[in-house]
Amino acid sequence: MKVLTGNDLKTGDVIWWTGSDWSRHVDDAGDVGDEGEEILAREEAARRVNVPYIIEASREDDGSVRPAHIKDRVRALGPTVRPDLTLKPKDPEALDWII
Amino acid sequence: MDNPLGTSPDEVQFRFRDDEVVDHGTVTVDACCDQTNATAVRIEPGDDARELLSFLDRLALVEVNFPSFADGRGYSAARILREAGYTGELRAVGDIGVDQLSHLRRCGFDAFAPDHRLDEEDAARAFATWDNVYQKTVDGRPTIQELRHE
Amino acid sequence: MYKYDTYDQAMVDARVEEFRDQARRRLEGKLTEDQFKPLRLMNGLYLQLHAYMLRVAIPYGTLNSAQMTVLGDIADKYDRGYGHFTTRQNLQYNWIKLEDAADILADLAKVEMHAIQTSGNCIRNISSDHFAGASHDELIDPRPYAELLRQWSSFHPEFTYLPRKFKICVIAAEKDRAAMRLHDIGIQIVEQDGAIGARFYVGGGMGRTPMIAPMIREFVPLDQLITYAEACLRVYNRHGRRDNKYKARIKILVHELGKEEYTRQVEEEFAHMLDQGVEPPLAEIERLRTFFAPPAFEDGPKTLDRSDPDFALWVDRNTHRHRHDSYVSAVISLKPVGGIPGDATGDQMRLMAKLARAYSFDELRIMHTQNVVLPHVKIADLHALWTELDAAGLGAPNLDTIEDIIACPGLDYCSLANARSIPLAQRISERFAAKGKTEELGELKLKISGCINACGHHHAGHIGILGVDRKGKENFQLSLGGSEAEDVSLAKITGPGFDEDGVIDAVEKVTDVYLGAREGDERFLDTYRRIGMAPFKEALYG
Repeated sequence: MKVLTGNDLKTGDVIWWTGSDWSRHVDDAGDVGDEGEEILAREEAARRVNVPYIIEASREDDGSVRPAHIKDRVRALGPTVRPDLTLKPKDPEALDWII
Repeated sequence: MDNPLGTSPDEVQFRFRDDEVVDHGTVTVDACCDQTNATAVRIEPGDDARELLSFLDRLALVEVNFPSFADGRGYSAARILREAGYTGELRAVGDIGVDQLSHLRRCGFDAFAPDHRLDEEDAARAFATWDNVYQKTVDGRPTIQELRHE
Repeated sequence: MYKYDTYDQAMVDARVEEFRDQARRRLEGKLTEDQFKPLRLMNGLYLQLHAYMLRVAIPYGTLNSAQMTVLGDIADKYDRGYGHFTTRQNLQYNWIKLEDAADILADLAKVEMHAIQTSGNCIRNISSDHFAGASHDELIDPRPYAELLRQWSSFHPEFTYLPRKFKICVIAAEKDRAAMRLHDIGIQIVEQDGAIGARFYVGGGMGRTPMIAPMIREFVPLDQLITYAEACLRVYNRHGRRDNKYKARIKILVHELGKEEYTRQVEEEFAHMLDQGVEPPLAEIERLRTFFAPPAFEDGPKTLDRSDPDFALWVDRNTHRHRHDSYVSAVISLKPVGGIPGDATGDQMRLMAKLARAYSFDELRIMHTQNVVLPHVKIADLHALWTELDAAGLGAPNLDTIEDIIACPGLDYCSLANARSIPLAQRISERFAAKGKTEELGELKLKISGCINACGHHHAGHIGILGVDRKGKENFQLSLGGSEAEDVSLAKITGPGFDEDGVIDAVEKVTDVYLGAREGDERFLDTYRRIGMAPFKEALYG
């Protein structure tokens, strides 16, 4: 699937396009199909996202979304060296998902 | 003759001179060196401003083009001309934003023709950003170091 | 230490307001990201993997306790309770909001700090010897000249849109503790025929094309220092390549023109510049010198009680000989075994500030190796200082050892990175500490970069590690034989890369080769230079 991501202009938070809005959680991401460029241009112009781009990802059996590249998996979760600052601080196995 | 190089005087948004605005008719640096009657010339980023030094007397306008604001060669070109005693109009044209104005002014530009008209209020604030300055340039302002030891 | 006058304060305050206005225009949509990016970068504001990152300048690595305290407070108030000290003697916050950035700059301005030109294609923070003004072996304190350069380079109207970033370093000792020749301009203050002047090295750097700066002028009189620097910059601004980002640094210009031709052009420009009167008045350098006059050192005990072996080890490892024989410079290691190199919490920053007030005439320094220095500590106070450091987890006795690893933020934080640097540093320090090999290996500088940009100085590591992306997997290239010191050299790649576990084993193998081959008190680097790459290759790939 193709997924749209970027950072929130004001806060810098990593955000994912759900199909109708932006979410901080990668699992909320929706497949943008061929419409990625169009949504990207519209959302950037509206300043709802900064430096957006389209990535490859896969929908796993449990419904979660896994970006194809390690860099976007780091973005999705947080720094591997500070599990306490990731989006899943209480899940010790979350880091395995990145690598 | 219509010259695609020149900007129209009515596009000069900011001008810090009292003399009459020079109309169209700028030529390239190469052409200026070849023909002896040109009074207005346009410098592109890769041109050597020093090639103009022997013609400065006859020039009334030098335009310095900034195809991209991030290409800073025009700042050196401007200072070189002013350091050599050029007193005619030095006009910055092209991709010029509010945030370049004060530095351009400090390097000797006294006219500005941005591709896109700038917000007057933002521009006024930008020209007035620095009450004092650290570097000696060609704008005649005393430096902070000089003011400290007056 | 330098103290702002009303002019300096007004400049920094004006910059805060200018940036506040730029951020407002960005948020209102008057500036696109393409227009805003160079402006925010020139204020040290990056967009990284997780958030905005703010890089705060610590000019020539010197700061006082009030400044360090505010750095800690900002970490707690606007970030997530910590900051990262960098190889450019700066501090980075990783979790910044654009809407807070101007307020942070305003907080910094209250203690005479800023983020001016900590990024962007302009003249960056001036770096210097972290032992400046304290070390036994320096000619003069280089910091008045670093401050002169700081002021000259701040908002320089001609050199704000250079082809690429530009880094200047000033030292005044034969020993190079600041990687001087790996800067765009390295200035070494020297004595020649009884006069003091500046030796200029131009065109060094790391990145994807590492080069050692050649000397272009043996002696520039100090009252022409700014004029000469201005000439070096003008030639670069006019003729540096702008067609290819990767060939835009001054090292490429100097290399392509040749040192002689570049020098000729600089000399021509310099002769012209001398008539322009760009040099600040002599009285100004006299004024700056007064700020860096040595503090009132007192005679005291010159020896100490070494009965506590832990303390004795720390003293041997982490202190440096001072110009006054009753003092030393003490290094606070930010490299606890298994820790994140260069990271310090807000509490640790405030503690270091408190210790500087108590024991070091209120002064601290940041090292390019991502540690902190208390430059003037009485030998008599060392034990008390060490006790407090040790209790706070800041007493690691490992300066210049294999545990004292330089590591860039890498793929855990940086949007440019290809691989993670920090986990490697953590695991390597843990491995060598657990095996008790650190002390035996002695001075061994290991440096890790997470990408070709080389922020982790891997080219200059006795052992260097470069992280690359190999078909979507992290991969690490090992190199040997680099040095950033006065014996400067560039490391050479050993051969094919390794995965994370593999490169840790590889580091251990090369250290074993060293231990087997070393003669006398040779360092790893000395042995490598004597025996060459072959035995190491054999151990790794044979």
